[in-house]
Amino acid sequence: MSKHQTINFQPDILVVGGGNAALTAAITARKFRKTVVVLEAAPCAYRGGNSRHTRNFRCMHRAPLGVLSDQYSEDEFLDDLLKVTRCNTNETLARIAIRESESMYHWMEEHGVRFQPSLSGTLSLSQTNAFFLGGGKALLNALYATAEDLGVELHYDAEVTHLVISGTEVNDVYAHINNQELQFKPSSVIVASGGFQADIDGLCRAWGQAARNFIIRGTPFNKGQVLNNLLQQNMLSVGDPTQCHAVAIDGRSPKFDGGIVTRLDCVPFSVVVNHKAERFYDEGEDLWPKRYAIWGRLIAHQQDQIAYSIIDSQSINLFMPSVFPPVRGDSIEELAQNLALPAKELAKILQTFNAACRAGHFDPNCLDGLGTVGLKPQKSNWARPIDQPPFYGYPLRPGVTFTYLGLKIDESARVESRCGPMANLWAAGEIMAGSILGEGYLAGFGMTIGSVFGRIAGQEAARHV
Amino acid sequence: MSSSAHNEARRQLQICNACRYCEGYCAAFHSITQLRTFDDNTITHIANLCHNCRGCFYACQYTDPHEFALNVPRVLSEVRSHTGMEYSWPKSIARLFHRFPKNMAYIMIVSLAAILLIMIGLPPTTGKGFYAIMSHNVMLTIFLPAFLIPLMGFTVGLRRYWRDIGGRSIRISHLSEGLRQAATLENLSGGHGDGCNFERHERFTHQRRYAHHAIACGFLLCLASTLSGTILHYVFNQPAPYPVFSLPKTLGIPGGLLIVIGCLWMHGLKKRAHPELSDSSHAKADDVFLWLLGLVALSGLLLFGLGHTILMPTLLALHLASVLTFFLLIPYSKMTHAFFRLLTLVKHAQGKSILNKN
Repeated sequence: MSKHQTINFQPDILVVGGGNAALTAAITARKFRKTVVVLEAAPCAYRGGNSRHTRNFRCMHRAPLGVLSDQYSEDEFLDDLLKVTRCNTNETLARIAIRESESMYHWMEEHGVRFQPSLSGTLSLSQTNAFFLGGGKALLNALYATAEDLGVELHYDAEVTHLVISGTEVNDVYAHINNQELQFKPSSVIVASGGFQADIDGLCRAWGQAARNFIIRGTPFNKGQVLNNLLQQNMLSVGDPTQCHAVAIDGRSPKFDGGIVTRLDCVPFSVVVNHKAERFYDEGEDLWPKRYAIWGRLIAHQQDQIAYSIIDSQSINLFMPSVFPPVRGDSIEELAQNLALPAKELAKILQTFNAACRAGHFDPNCLDGLGTVGLKPQKSNWARPIDQPPFYGYPLRPGVTFTYLGLKIDESARVESRCGPMANLWAAGEIMAGSILGEGYLAGFGMTIGSVFGRIAGQEAARHV
Repeated sequence: MSSSAHNEARRQLQICNACRYCEGYCAAFHSITQLRTFDDNTITHIANLCHNCRGCFYACQYTDPHEFALNVPRVLSEVRSHTGMEYSWPKSIARLFHRFPKNMAYIMIVSLAAILLIMIGLPPTTGKGFYAIMSHNVMLTIFLPAFLIPLMGFTVGLRRYWRDIGGRSIRISHLSEGLRQAATLENLSGGHGDGCNFERHERFTHQRRYAHHAIACGFLLCLASTLSGTILHYVFNQPAPYPVFSLPKTLGIPGGLLIVIGCLWMHGLKKRAHPELSDSSHAKADDVFLWLLGLVALSGLLLFGLGHTILMPTLLALHLASVLTFFLLIPYSKMTHAFFRLLTLVKHAQGKSILNKN
């Protein structure tokens, strides 16, 4: 469906994608008085790609800024990034994203985005991350309204199928709109159409059949058509093509688009078993935000890619509420039955675990050092006997957030090809985030990259025309 | 006993509480994030904190066609409908009006017939102006009980409501905080001060706040006008009619104008709003009540403007009939939201003071 009766087939700038990066680029370019067309693959109700599910962006600030407390310096920010990526980043690009993030806060506010203080349960982010009031979809509503008011031409259900490239020049862009194949001849093109995490076959090529049991936390529309199309045509890639960011989430979540609510924070206070009721890793190795990504991987390697987190009534209120109520049992046997786990084995493993717990001070808010004795695998912290009925269990599965493979860009967001920098092609958002995030993840940094490079791409593309 | 609306609200709020993106929008979401589970009374409390600003719907990534199919403004409005019926007395009468809002129009017709009959059957022997058509004592005999009896019945339900939502003894600070939130309509500000999404969908405006307050202020002015008239009549022995530059008229005329403007404005906003985001029978009952309130004000203004003409007795009958209907319907109409809402805001203020202490 398209909001416009007529379609401008020869815009100054064609933006492929409809998330935060795409809209930021489109608005920026439009403010240079260029004609801008945005092609969003999703229908209007699902517009915005993975930005729909975001909640904040990480923002440098030299003094308290709006909802952000204290200060968060460039070096501090970069240190955090180097830690999570284990230095697998491009420092020049990273510094651009970090430095520009401060002015993006104001840019967003000027374009209708509103912030709120750090959400309850996320206090650790109040210094570093600015939360969008209403979340990512509210941010998108503001950006779409701004784009509409400025006269950006927006098309939904508009899937780009092919970019015709000769040398370092994009000549044509083909798209499906209203079941018609249409040909665009834009002067400049900005691709901001995300990764390929919704392409299950693509994930299977990297992960094998196990990927069929993965849950995709974001939009079902990020199938990577544009990314693949460009990589097949001599564009340089960055990021490990076999890697995706996968975290442990509620196993009952929708296959796609479950977003934030699928998160489960119970693992550190629990015993986690696979479908045979065997433990396989230290549940209390570190604070949960530092371990959820590891657990995505761990569960991906279990049979059927499923695991079960078991707690008792002592711990049920220690973490953020879950989207679905936990599976409950008044005894371990009943819980095992309700989770379809072998009852004897589960009872036995909990008995062994409880016997390995020692007396000590339990503190859910820090590494309390309350570890098991003589248990394999060990539980290093929060090891408290699970013996107070009722008992609760949550099924866990790997939930894919994004893929790392992306387009290589330079400092001006210009896409690089084997024949050199492209003359009229820029990239922003998840499609190029691999340039900065080689591995790991830093909360809210995806939106920082999308915003900063969206604006750079918009500026550069507009100047080119 | 849980209503189906309560059960559906429970399902939705559980999802909201795992997300919390809307935390900054309003008092309802603030309350949600303070809890882990939602019993019926809590849901009733949250539903009555909701002003139907719709911010949470337009910001929600889980609305239809998503399989979670969240529509929090609607389900909370359904719970409010349920509250209206559950805490009215007698319930059977409340149901008549909630399920079949047209019955309100029938009450109007019956009231009009009754007023006309009384005018014809009990013509006053003395009296000037309006009192030449219906004597002061007859008016008092009709309107005082018509106002007080339904209101007293309603207070029984209100007390039960207060107990059920867990209200405690009210301190001045609770009351002033509740009144402040009602007076500023803070919960229609969007948390950022840009307003609400009622009639402009994804965009924010202050129109609903302004329209509401045109009606509310108009209503309070008319109330003050009536009170001042009563005082002039009984204390200063100055019966109606009053000149233009008297207290009843200087309060009543702008009050009436504000109500008429506000009702038309609000009606326009409701027409543009998305009907799926509130309980449909609730919305219809609101509509009927809006018309009724508008009619009370308009007939009052017309009576002021055309009181010297031949139309006066007809207009008087219309005005008295609409006021009578309005009084009788207070416990069963949109009017109740003022009481439920204020109590809920006061309760919310109490909750805040508990949290602050801990």
